[in-house]
Amino acid sequence: MPQFTYTITCPQGLHGRPAMGLAEAAGALSSAVTIWKGDRSARADRLMALMTLGVSQGDSVTVTVEGGDEAASLQALEAYFKENL
Amino acid sequence: MEKRFGKSLCPGRAAAPVFVDGPARGAGFTLGFCGAGGELARFEEARRAALDRLEGQYRQALGRAGEEGAEIFRLHRAMLGDRDFLDQVEENIQGRGLEAAAAVLSAGEMFSAQFSALEDPYLRDRAADVEEISRLVAGLLSGAGEAPPPAGDYLAAADSLSPSRLMELEGAKGLILRECSPLGHTALLARAMNLPVITGLEPDPAWTGRPAALDGGEGALYLDPDQEVLTQFQEKTRQEALRAAGLAARALGPVCTRSGRAVGLWANAASPEEAARALGNGAQGIGLLRTEFLFLRRDTPPGEEEQLALYRQVIQAMEGRRVVIRTLDLGSDKRAPWMSGPREDNPALGLRGIRRSLARPELFSTQLRAILRAAAEGETAVMFPVVTSPEEVLQARALLDRCRAQLEEENLPAGPVEAGVMIETPAAALLAGELARVSDFFSIGSNDLAQYTLAMDRQDPACDPRHPAVLELIRRAVEGGHRFGRPVSLCGALAADPAMTEELLALGLDGLSVPAEDLWSLRERIEGLG
Repeated sequence: MPQFTYTITCPQGLHGRPAMGLAEAAGALSSAVTIWKGDRSARADRLMALMTLGVSQGDSVTVTVEGGDEAASLQALEAYFKENL
Repeated sequence: MEKRFGKSLCPGRAAAPVFVDGPARGAGFTLGFCGAGGELARFEEARRAALDRLEGQYRQALGRAGEEGAEIFRLHRAMLGDRDFLDQVEENIQGRGLEAAAAVLSAGEMFSAQFSALEDPYLRDRAADVEEISRLVAGLLSGAGEAPPPAGDYLAAADSLSPSRLMELEGAKGLILRECSPLGHTALLARAMNLPVITGLEPDPAWTGRPAALDGGEGALYLDPDQEVLTQFQEKTRQEALRAAGLAARALGPVCTRSGRAVGLWANAASPEEAARALGNGAQGIGLLRTEFLFLRRDTPPGEEEQLALYRQVIQAMEGRRVVIRTLDLGSDKRAPWMSGPREDNPALGLRGIRRSLARPELFSTQLRAILRAAAEGETAVMFPVVTSPEEVLQARALLDRCRAQLEEENLPAGPVEAGVMIETPAAALLAGELARVSDFFSIGSNDLAQYTLAMDRQDPACDPRHPAVLELIRRAVEGGHRFGRPVSLCGALAADPAMTEELLALGLDGLSVPAEDLWSLRERIEGLG
């Protein structure tokens, strides 16, 4: 499964506004996006699950994509993470 | 009058009758289970209505509390669109045969429990958000709702208050709550809307309609307040408004006349406290920092570190705006116990200003080193008093350069420092062009300029800086400075005289430096000129 690993730099972590933004961005993609923190995971377009994952600034997460145009989704997500998170 | 104490959550004061916000009006109704399809349709209809309401509250909060305060309503909307949450509601209806309202409340409890189990206090607070959106939808489904708030202003009292309800209570001037998380969105919104809030008081429904005064900072609620409390409230509120206006002034841009000519508005100061006041009153910087006060009334002159500490405090108080430090001008009417040399018969015409500093190079170097080091903290300039010739300026600058080189050798940080000249002798005004070649800016000291031009003690009320000879010297100083592109400003009593502002600007002055308390009136005066 295509994936990348990213260390969250935004001070809020994946809470509040950053989580809302990511859920929206992931929801707009053709692939199913999953965020992994250690062995726990959440669908990126499910806001509440994403928030309860409890990702904070400095945490390293792995992002996987499945289905649809995986290459395009992965590229878009990497750009989104770098820009916003 | 009755005084109750709670805990302060948001400061501020408000006086108005109390409105105790009751629990839901009626218990609502239930239609009975109308089949899974029917319940799903009713849920979806209520959800859409809830989204509309949240959208309206988002816009309202955006206007009253800004983007950060309004964000909660975006979050609630996003939560109400969460696929997992919707799946759970559907499951509750289809699998468990729950009515729409019960199904959404049950899903809300489930998701809120997940948030409550988290360690992060911010995320734990989100449990309340999930409960709130499910109650909102359930309320729309069952027809239960809260009492409409009264018209006019009031202090809202309640056990707790959701962000949505807070937006509905449009007339609320303050909040009295039994519970309110300081990290929660209600607190955040209240702060953003400048509402005073106290917590920890059990609201009594009998308070409704009673006149009251709320002091958020003190955590106090006065029921049926007496006149003294109300007068105090007004006075404190007035003072805070003044302070707020001061804070707003920090954001003010340069002062311009109506035709758009920008005029430097500077303050004279002699201490960090005066500097802070100047910033609060809209000064673009300190145009004249007097340093004599540091040296007077003591047996030995202050050392480099002591001077440095004080200059730093002033620079920090000005939050990065330019501070022009005038080097020591002792002599004349100011004499310190540690000063050596014979007592002069005619000290106004004795050893003073730059002449005295150049005659005491150790003392002068100490001050220049402190100024150079302070300049590492923010924009700083130095200016020399009672100059009469370019040679004096060159000597002072040479010493300044030597001090900088020494600091470099000692690995002590120093900042860039412009060097300016005070024009306060006829000699300086007449040699303005020569002085402009060797300096970075001029500041005209009108009090001494008048004294030395008119041969009259500056303390004498007849010593008038508006004398045509003094004004002519000012004109020449401006002309000489501008010939070399040096900005010329004026400090001294003349600068604060509103009757002279127009004439001074007509002479071509780039800025005026006045005591902090004169900044507002001078700003108004300049802005009123053509």
